[in-house]
Amino acid sequence: MITAAPRHLRASYDVVIVGGGPAGLEAAVAARDNGAAHVLVVDRDQEAGGILLQCIHSGFGLHRFGEELTGPEYAQRVVASTLEHDIDVIADAYVLDIDERRRVKLMTTQAGVSLVEARAVVLAMGARERTRAAIRIPGTRPAGIFTAGLAQRLVNLYGLLPGRRAVILGSGDIGLIMARRLTLEGIEVAGVFEIMPYANGLNRNIVQCLHDFDIPLHLSTTVVEIRGQNRVEGVTVAPLDETLQPRLDRAWDIPCDTLLVSIGLIPENELSQQMRLRFDSATRGPVVSSAMECSRDGIFACGNVVHIHDLVDFVSAEAMVAGRSAGQYVAGTLPRPDNVQLQPGANVAYCVPHTISTEREHTVYLRARKPLDACTLQLTEPDGTPVYARKLRYVFPAEMVNLKLRPAILQNFHGSILRVNIVERATEGE
Amino acid sequence: MSVEEKHATDLITVGYLCIGCPLGCRLEVDADTITNAVVEVRGYSCRRGKDYAIQEHTAPMRLVTTTVAVDAGLWARLPVRSRTPVPKDKVKAICKHLRSIRVTAPVASGAIIWVDDREPGIEIVASRAMPAR
Ligand SMILES: Cc1cc2nc3c(=O)[nH]c(=O)nc-3n(C[C@H](O)[C@H](O)[C@H](O)COP(=O)(O)OP(=O)(O)OC[C@H]3O[C@@H](n4cnc5c(N)ncnc54)[C@H](O)[C@@H]3O)c2cc1C
Ligand code: SF4
Repeated sequence: MITAAPRHLRASYDVVIVGGGPAGLEAAVAARDNGAAHVLVVDRDQEAGGILLQCIHSGFGLHRFGEELTGPEYAQRVVASTLEHDIDVIADAYVLDIDERRRVKLMTTQAGVSLVEARAVVLAMGARERTRAAIRIPGTRPAGIFTAGLAQRLVNLYGLLPGRRAVILGSGDIGLIMARRLTLEGIEVAGVFEIMPYANGLNRNIVQCLHDFDIPLHLSTTVVEIRGQNRVEGVTVAPLDETLQPRLDRAWDIPCDTLLVSIGLIPENELSQQMRLRFDSATRGPVVSSAMECSRDGIFACGNVVHIHDLVDFVSAEAMVAGRSAGQYVAGTLPRPDNVQLQPGANVAYCVPHTISTEREHTVYLRARKPLDACTLQLTEPDGTPVYARKLRYVFPAEMVNLKLRPAILQNFHGSILRVNIVERATEGE
Repeated sequence: MSVEEKHATDLITVGYLCIGCPLGCRLEVDADTITNAVVEVRGYSCRRGKDYAIQEHTAPMRLVTTTVAVDAGLWARLPVRSRTPVPKDKVKAICKHLRSIRVTAPVASGAIIWVDDREPGIEIVASRAMPAR
């Protein structure tokens, strides 16, 4: 049932899921399939689907569905599957708080505040964008500055165009996608500026969103000033030297009425912080076990709220684990706790989950700190004793690495801490 | 210079960035200036790169994804896509035309929104169902 009225809901559910993006919806289905009879998904937006609703471009679902879908098509499939599984979905409802007894406090425009009891909870609140404040660009505070995702929402859902001539700061995929989107809507895009010496987005987006429309990409360059009183009138950009300091002597001005900032996503974790879950300062999300369970019993998490995923397909895969575990928790069949802690080592920014079990098979997601060509992903004991190694053709911080860990690999490992490293390898051919 | 020799030397070199994987190989295509036929591809590290360069050089295709205005819908815009990829140089004109289209909710997922009668095979469909508000 899809509803916006709390009076249609039960007073208690086996599993309540916060957030109706792909993570929440897939987790709901998995919870139903694994022992939970009554499952509720809560979303604050006017319908479920999450960020996918505004990602109208294609590139979703190759792993999950074996075909390339647009964001809305992917969302539609997961929403349909929740309905087939007799899961309740309430939209226009905001989760304010979850207390120690797992009572979920909802706020809706229709009924104000209400309480729903849950035996297990899955956190799937997704992520929000870093804003200009996060990178402190000097200058005035005029209108016309948007995060790329907000602009995407305005253009794709509300049909509101942000301006006439835009500059985009940051070469992540959202910025690149928006460069094309604005161009196709008749807005001139003067250029994309990236502080790093390499682009952060997929090559596919560099080609199909920038090259196709002759939009210049300036690497190692940033916006140093925003001008304009009421509305943005222009920005000043400057190349950076090796120490990442702007070379003001080589700065130039670009007239524009719009600046989009696309400088990354941060997990949306106010709620999890309120619940005092343990956090990982690298992912900015909760610490999770291989069951996707947080530091409090019966609280699970998945999707962008745990760490930023670049592919929704991996969000789905992770959500199936979280949902399955929530179902098993309710049914009392959750497998034995983990016995190994994963520790990010050389050139590894983080690994999720944070712990694993030597008895089961796991998919571990990790991110490299810096790009490397031919390299080796290795697992070692804390003292450096090798446990396992796999060759990689490359690593790239913008592309998540996933590592399938089977019990056989850890056969001869009896410790409790496993370090994960990505080290350079002398190029000796593939 | 004989005609044949002249023909053989009249090559144009065009660069492409391979999108097959994050390595992003810089591909170079030598093509005949008259027929545009690909004579040589350089810079790829795997077969995918070579195939991509030839496809991109001879017949680049793109999926069109954009939105059209929708009246009385849950949202103000309906996301649409081309059913199949279209020639790259048609994308801008198609999107420009779609900016003038208005539909009314409810719209079924996959409903045909526009068919280009001058370009057989170009069909724009709704990427989702749009309920009435
Ligand atoms: C612009 C952009 C382009 C992308 N392009 C691609 C691509 O080409 N291919 C690809 O595979 N992936 C892509 N992704 C990534 C993919 O879309 C995301 O990884 C995925 O949607 C994350 O799913 P999620 O469910 O974790 O979060 P979300 O989709 O963000 O869903 C979270 C939901 O939680 C709700 N919520 C949050 N807090 C609360 C609360 N307190 N109470 C109630 N509800 C709440 C929100 O309203 C939202 O609906 C893209 C992402 C973006 C932003
Ligand atoms: S040529 Fe092969 S290795 Fe190089 S970018 Fe393309 S797919 Fe990757």
